[in-house]
Amino acid sequence: MSFISLLWVLLLGSLLGLELIGKVPPTLHTPLMSGANAISGITMLAALTLIVKAEGNVPLLIIGSVSLGFALFNVVGGFFVTDRMLAMFSRKPSNKK
Amino acid sequence: MNLPVIIKFVIDLLAVLLLALGIKGLSKVKSARDANRLAAFAMSLSVLGLLSYYLGTSGIAIQSWIWIIIGSIIGSLFGAILAKKVPMTSMPETVALFNGCGGMSSLLVALGVAIFPISGGQENFDFFKSLINEFSISVSIFVGAITFTGSIVAMAKLQGWLSTPGWTQSKVRHFVNIVFAVASLIAFFDLINGNTSSIWLLVIVSSLLGIGVTLPIGGADMPVVISLLNSYSGIAAAAAGFVVDSQLLIVAGAMVGAAGLILTQVMCKGMNRSLVSVLFGGSLSAQTTASSGSGEYTNITSCSVEECALTLEAANKVIIVPGYGLAVAQAQHTLREVTKKLEQNGIEVVYAIHPVAGRMPGHMNVLLAEADVPYEQLKEMDVVNPDFPATDVVLVLGANDVVNPQAKNDSSSPLYGMPVLDVQEARTVFVIKRGMSAGYSGIKNDLFDLPNTSMVFGDAKKVLNDLIGELKDLGVGEK
Repeated sequence: MSFISLLWVLLLGSLLGLELIGKVPPTLHTPLMSGANAISGITMLAALTLIVKAEGNVPLLIIGSVSLGFALFNVVGGFFVTDRMLAMFSRKPSNKK
Repeated sequence: MNLPVIIKFVIDLLAVLLLALGIKGLSKVKSARDANRLAAFAMSLSVLGLLSYYLGTSGIAIQSWIWIIIGSIIGSLFGAILAKKVPMTSMPETVALFNGCGGMSSLLVALGVAIFPISGGQENFDFFKSLINEFSISVSIFVGAITFTGSIVAMAKLQGWLSTPGWTQSKVRHFVNIVFAVASLIAFFDLINGNTSSIWLLVIVSSLLGIGVTLPIGGADMPVVISLLNSYSGIAAAAAGFVVDSQLLIVAGAMVGAAGLILTQVMCKGMNRSLVSVLFGGSLSAQTTASSGSGEYTNITSCSVEECALTLEAANKVIIVPGYGLAVAQAQHTLREVTKKLEQNGIEVVYAIHPVAGRMPGHMNVLLAEADVPYEQLKEMDVVNPDFPATDVVLVLGANDVVNPQAKNDSSSPLYGMPVLDVQEARTVFVIKRGMSAGYSGIKNDLFDLPNTSMVFGDAKKVLNDLIGELKDLGVGEK
């Protein structure tokens, strides 16, 4: 992939992000923040790449592994916490009916 | 193109689509929970895609597998445990912690690539040869470091581990931060020029910049800052995507970065604050103590729980205004018991939810939902404000700034212009509070001085428990 096409990817990704969220009810601010935050843990893919390509370079393997750990902490924790918050909202209306 | 490349391409495309749908769905109450799961699924899909690609092309060495498994297990385990155990009240700081770790991850990837240029690797893995790679490494380190230290400071401040040091409220902080910023720019360009030793300078100075920018910000503005830092961690991820040449990473990072920015803007609007004043204005309290001493309270009426119970018993309509104090005291269940009793006596009970009550938007909704308060009884500010004049009793539970009439009446007040709940319009207002201390903003609350306001001093949970006892004695709720 040439640098230019990667820049296009960046541009289009940003535009998509700007368009995705329009109106957000205040109730959802925190869950949305936490969900988006979990997605930003996508750097785990970069950490994985680093480990796979380290080719026996132990310090690099360790850095990659630590990085992967941090990223997965972000991802797994983030999604669980978001789900916990959202579970509290969704339970209510169904209870009532 | 061979098969593994095609498979990875398809999976990446699918993952991007699902992630976009996930973010979109998260902004609607109905679809939010499914959307969150969809996003989680997309993330696991992307990992499978990447692993299958390497298995199909270069293969993955046993040694690599070992380190992958170690890192994944430890990270996921801690993440899952923390997510399960953390109390709902400390949600904002938890999100901040997760976010900081995401930034740290991007930082480490860039560091690893910068320190150990891989010899004889793949065609694209020829780092220090192109300017672009050095640029993306620098961005990744710079943004990653700021995200990490900024988030950790935000967490520590919300947890109460860190207070706001005095010097951060004076003009000195701008000077200090400008020094850090300039130093990181120098290190940044030095690094791009190929001087690899300046990488550590960049790491240190941008970490300090993250601390210096976050430290002066007051607690009430913290959710906005966390949201902004969340946007940064997306940018850091996108930069890391350039470092390892992954389109998926770039798209997802850019998406989160941009969406985070929008969310930050939305949150600022809800609090009637501009992003600039949040970032550079310092904490509200410091401004007030400097500008106007605002004076002492002159006309405080305090009353006993018994009087409060008697008034409640005679009421037809009661509005509850919950705030952070309720969350701290974990009194939501006790509150629910009180309101159940009132309802059994035919008293109409409604909860008035200010958009920024508590320490994060939606905080009160989560808390009251936990205590099984029916969704329909939670009224948003604009809906409930016209009801106050026809209300007999308002119970303010640990809320302060969001019921301060200064925001409407006193144009010199720093709160002026913030939308507030008009509780003073009600016939009687009871404020349950531990003491006369000021709220988040550190501003005197004129409500407490009004003749129709009575203070009930004490911990919210204890007062509510006493209230249950008193109501029982009065025979309320026993049909």
